[in-house]
Amino acid sequence: MPNNDKPDTDKPDIDQPDIDAIARQFIKALPHSHALGMQLEAIGDGTATISMPYDVRLIGDPETGVIHGGAVSALMDTACGASVMSHPQAGVSTATLDLRIDYMRPATPGQTIRARAECHHVTRSVAFVRAVATDDDDSRPVAMATGAFTVERKG
Amino acid sequence: MKAVESVHVIKQRREGLLRSLVDGVPYIGFLGVQFDRRGDELTAVLPFKDSLIGNPRLPALHGGATAAFLEIAAMIELAWSTLWEGMEADGALPDGPLRLPKTIDFTIDYLRSGLPRDAYARARVNRSGRRYASVHVEAWQDNRQRLFAQATGHFLMPPSGAK
Repeated sequence: MPNNDKPDTDKPDIDQPDIDAIARQFIKALPHSHALGMQLEAIGDGTATISMPYDVRLIGDPETGVIHGGAVSALMDTACGASVMSHPQAGVSTATLDLRIDYMRPATPGQTIRARAECHHVTRSVAFVRAVATDDDDSRPVAMATGAFTVERKG
Repeated sequence: MKAVESVHVIKQRREGLLRSLVDGVPYIGFLGVQFDRRGDELTAVLPFKDSLIGNPRLPALHGGATAAFLEIAAMIELAWSTLWEGMEADGALPDGPLRLPKTIDFTIDYLRSGLPRDAYARARVNRSGRRYASVHVEAWQDNRQRLFAQATGHFLMPPSGAK
């Protein structure tokens, strides 16, 4: 193969600029995620990392400046859905069946919240996902999520 | 004979409490969630706008927008129903900033895709103790009988010293 000095793998070889372009397109295609300022940081093989920078419009407690749980839920849902879409067996489109979110501590005001989602099991009909959200201190999760998503069948 | 409270005074007091729970929260304004009050019954309203869309091809509401809407509806109902009795007995608003309950966990059940139109939600407090509360919330669009999502959440009540 010409101009390809990388070893062959099962995965298609994608250059970093392509990944950045895909990431921008991905969020732009989700108006609500775009409105919340989400950024796709990594995606592939059933995992996705999406960040949401601190934004005063998303505050839930004006006394402390802590981001509202609902915004964290939206971040979790987006990251979980993205991980399903990136799974080789799950197809390009998905919808949430259910999502449970545990809020372990308030996110520190001023810090970006980052959700890492993993689609850990896929059947013919259902994709099972778990996710962890952290702020700058990634040793103490802000929230965790588990969910079930639809698997779209082709044809 | 005890003077009968005028309807104007009663409405002003109840609206005042509702406003003080809702208006100070930036994220409720960001999503555009409103509350329709009939006596002590609250209906949360999410007027449709393009920025709530998750899948533009269908189009459908973003599951995250639905989740946030339900969480707001549950949390405000819980705070509202907790404060209602005191407000009606004392005939006045409590002093100082109102603290909302904190979400411990929230489980959303997506029943059908959210359509690009207004959504409504009503919450029911199934159990409210001194420290913990369990709240169920249902959301629909055109038809009250056809829910598009429901959720159950557990909440930590604000310390009893705080209002």
